[in-house]
Amino acid sequence: MTPPAFSPVGLLFEKIDKRYGGLLALRGVSLAIAPGECAVLAGRNGSGKTTLLRVAARLVRPSAGSLRFSNPSRGDEESAVRPGFVAHATMVYDELTAEENLLLFARLQAVAQPEHRVEALLEEVGLADRRRSLVGTFSRGMRQRVAIARALLHEPAVLLLDEPATGLDPQGVTWLAEAIRRLRDSGRTILMSLHGESEISSLGTRAIRLDAGSVVADTRTGGTFRSILTFADA
Amino acid sequence: MSLLLPNTAVLLGKELRTEFRSRELLTTTIVFILIVIVLFSFTFDPTSDESRRFAPGLLWLAFLFASSLMLQPCFLREQRNDTLSALRLSVSDPFGIFLAKVAANAIFLLLTELLLLPLFALMYNVPVGAVLHWLVLVFFLASLGISIAGTALSAISAQARMRELLLPLLMLPLLTPILVVSTEVSRALFDRAPYVKWKGIGFLAVFDVVFLTALWLFGEYLLEE
Repeated sequence: MTPPAFSPVGLLFEKIDKRYGGLLALRGVSLAIAPGECAVLAGRNGSGKTTLLRVAARLVRPSAGSLRFSNPSRGDEESAVRPGFVAHATMVYDELTAEENLLLFARLQAVAQPEHRVEALLEEVGLADRRRSLVGTFSRGMRQRVAIARALLHEPAVLLLDEPATGLDPQGVTWLAEAIRRLRDSGRTILMSLHGESEISSLGTRAIRLDAGSVVADTRTGGTFRSILTFADA
Repeated sequence: MSLLLPNTAVLLGKELRTEFRSRELLTTTIVFILIVIVLFSFTFDPTSDESRRFAPGLLWLAFLFASSLMLQPCFLREQRNDTLSALRLSVSDPFGIFLAKVAANAIFLLLTELLLLPLFALMYNVPVGAVLHWLVLVFFLASLGISIAGTALSAISAQARMRELLLPLLMLPLLTPILVVSTEVSRALFDRAPYVKWKGIGFLAVFDVVFLTALWLFGEYLLEE
């Protein structure tokens, strides 16, 4: 991946609650994700992983509590931090080509020299030869590559990945694991939700387990790391 | 704020490109209005003097119902791949998303109206040549009003369970003033001695300004999950 054009940023969730009508999706979640950390969120379906990631992306406003981004080198810079987000859905238009999609989002984010940035990213995700094909004609793995390229357009210091391997074949998972490894090694802070153990989960430096909207386990190393991930599948 | 207009221009380009590539909305709307105009021409005598009286109402009813068809997919399309979230993450001001959609919808509606006006004039024996510029002004102001209110309601209804039914139910009563005023202004223009109803044109302009201001103030909340 391209050399980082950012300084490391951490995330601080403080007593986050999120209520949807009568359902409490998050209950007092407090977490500090250090700059450069690669944290894996595990948990059963409906445990609150997606909601927490969408709160971190500022797509969902918490009912209570607060989210802060911290930059140790320059102090807090809440408004300047725009996380890169890869969700279940591809978040790109099927009716546009891969190049048109990336150019659209690059221009919206006022990325400098958008054509060059898009060209470089298409090369990086291995879609340069399909740049003028409609995304609607792509396989799930190819769409996921476009989705990742879209999330990286503005060189985000924080990456949020919501089950990024969903629907990928084994080759796709291997490609994705390698891509995430390079992003992690470039110093980006990564928070991703996963189901069970995989090539991707082994990249994590921390595992956090959610259950019914609360953090029930949190570890950085050792055997507990594995048990947190595998228990999520139970 | 400084990126609002560039963002709007980029998004408007996307809206136009996707529509002119698929032509889904334009085709559906044009065919719908065409059917209404042709069917009604069979049920009434279009050569009679009566047509000058009922034709404007028929025309605006057809435009209004067609616009509810056109506006339905406005935000539903953004839900298919959660592209609305991608837009919210990318733009500096969410009002830009609305502004682009309002502009695109107004363009599509105006285009449809202008395309079908000659056919309407022909079938209902209503001369429009002498007042065409005034008609274009009424079409523009009314289409803008329909697009502003309709786009806002489309954002609301897209998140509801009965989304396909909800938009017309919310939109048609809210746009009744536009229907009534546009009909009255058009009827005056179709008269044997055509005249301009300035009060009506003023009302349409005020409607547009008020609803656009409301959208600017509260639009962000309509996009929240």
